[in-house]
Amino acid sequence: MSRSSSISMPLPLSRPVHIRLLGGLSTVWKALTANRKVAVGSGIVAFFILVAIFASVFIHQDPNLLSANANQSPSAAHWLGTTATGQDVFNQLVLGTRSSIFWGFITGIGVTILSIVVGLIGGYMGGLIDEVLSLVTNVFLVLPALPLAIVLASYFPRGAQTISLVIVVTSWSWGARVLRAQTLSMRSREFVTAASACGESIWRIIFWEILPNEISIVAANFVSTTLYVILAEVSLEFLGLGDANAVSWGTMFYWAQKADALLLGLWWWFIPPGLCIAVLGAGLALINFGIDEIANPRLRTEPVPKALKNKKVVA
Amino acid sequence: MRHLIRRICFYLVALWASITLNFFVPRLAPGNPAESLLLRFERKGPVNPEALKALQAAFGINTSDPLWVQYFQYLNNLLHGNLGISFTAYPTPVATVISQDIYWTLILGAVSVAISFVLGCLIGIVMAWKRGSLLDTVLSPAMTFLSAIPYFWLALIIVYVFGFSLGWFPFSDGYDTSLDVGWNSDFIISALYHAILPALTIVLSSVAGWMLVMRNSMITTLSEDYVLMANAKGLRSRRVMFIYAARNAILPNVAGFALSLGFIVGGQLVTEIVFSYPGIGYSLLQAVQGQDYTLLQGIFLIIALAVLAANFLADLLYTALDPRVRQGRSA
Repeated sequence: MSRSSSISMPLPLSRPVHIRLLGGLSTVWKALTANRKVAVGSGIVAFFILVAIFASVFIHQDPNLLSANANQSPSAAHWLGTTATGQDVFNQLVLGTRSSIFWGFITGIGVTILSIVVGLIGGYMGGLIDEVLSLVTNVFLVLPALPLAIVLASYFPRGAQTISLVIVVTSWSWGARVLRAQTLSMRSREFVTAASACGESIWRIIFWEILPNEISIVAANFVSTTLYVILAEVSLEFLGLGDANAVSWGTMFYWAQKADALLLGLWWWFIPPGLCIAVLGAGLALINFGIDEIANPRLRTEPVPKALKNKKVVA
Repeated sequence: MRHLIRRICFYLVALWASITLNFFVPRLAPGNPAESLLLRFERKGPVNPEALKALQAAFGINTSDPLWVQYFQYLNNLLHGNLGISFTAYPTPVATVISQDIYWTLILGAVSVAISFVLGCLIGIVMAWKRGSLLDTVLSPAMTFLSAIPYFWLALIIVYVFGFSLGWFPFSDGYDTSLDVGWNSDFIISALYHAILPALTIVLSSVAGWMLVMRNSMITTLSEDYVLMANAKGLRSRRVMFIYAARNAILPNVAGFALSLGFIVGGQLVTEIVFSYPGIGYSLLQAVQGQDYTLLQGIFLIIALAVLAANFLADLLYTALDPRVRQGRSA
């Protein structure tokens, strides 16, 4: 890290690619480790991503493989026990991470892109286009997203793609509203005026000049959206709107509920996936709060100096 | 007043949008699911011709009418409270199915949301006021964790611990099914007793959101000059905390009500399913699994209506709290 500070010389583009890459990585690393909340959160998220990537290295068995050992409680052979049809819960949990993480992030990206497009175009264009886009945004903001997603999903073929698409359609409005407000305040800045005076096209101004300046808001929005998306996907799969034969955390709940796991006391079936979701979600939420703290220094919980405290001065 | 009229117009547009979505979605769906629903209906037995007509109007099948005529037929049916007949509860009309369940959902939802909003705001205020104290440092991460838990999983855990293992509370139905439904004390006590666990689930899952927003907005407010001034005047700290700081800090929570409420309502439906609560969530599950599109759409309309109404109330509250909105200045 000390290296990158010594490299900050003029003409950065003349440096070889690998040094620039290292410099970029160290900047990202610094940003991730500077704030404790962001560091812990990214650690958790990175762990789940690694599990998702390397799941098939560790698990060679088909997670849907049936066996005669049904309803077994956790043991050395089955770390997290077996389901009502004798499937190994640990295998399902590890391999289910892949689908849940993959579709969670894909959908999060989709939602973010849609809110960027609507928010930035509305905010920059103004006039009638903005009026219409704002109205649509506000309407989607007040409509209950999950029930709408359930209605939409039930009309389309069951599967992860359907769930992902339906969530994109129903949950972009919050991000769009935040980005529109930010774009409105950006629009009158000098660099935008300069760019339009140079004759840059509207699209270039919106997506090359304004968007990079809003990247911190986009990042925060992406993190909170992904958290929401993962929760929503699990809920939809729990209701049976996902592909019931695919292995994911949500379908584990679906089958557990179908087999009355609760009434049979098979806690090892439904507790682990929920715990994974909660830990992953907490990781994402921590990143988000960390970003909040970086953006708004007042929120940081540094202990107030004693002298100030005694005078009852509020920080 | 102008502000109020604008909001009313907006909610009317939102209502129209949800109705129109309901009208177009079945027509855009691939593979004509509505037609197969109709076939399944006919297999179930003779369908009352009037109901059949309503179904055809709702889904736009077997009709040569142009789209706009179908649209007005659909609106006309809605205005008369005719939501079609349910497939899973055949031959009961959807309106009847929903009216049986909606009270359970509305009461459970309203009470839980009210409790979690008040509780979340209060704790958020105290957390911000005593920032850096033990309460704040313990509750902040705990709430982060809580807010990331799926509703139905928390419901499963609560059912498992308090209902199944400890046996303290009943874990299915909304009342003791051996009792008569009515306004007698036995029934009301039994209904309350059955509602404790579902309400606890909803409050626990949703309280974190209110609390964290309140805490952060309160911290920002506490550094304002008028709070410093109020402290300097020597006002009692409770007065500064609630009348000066909290009143202004609560605005983001009220303004964010729409987003949170939609989320909570979704969570509540799934919670009801876990508890086999006789509310609308259970009908929703039946509708999803039986591909009962009429019931599904009816449920969505009712939920949208309830959420829009609640948001309108939140808007009124916002207007009452923020004089800038009342006077037509931008907030």
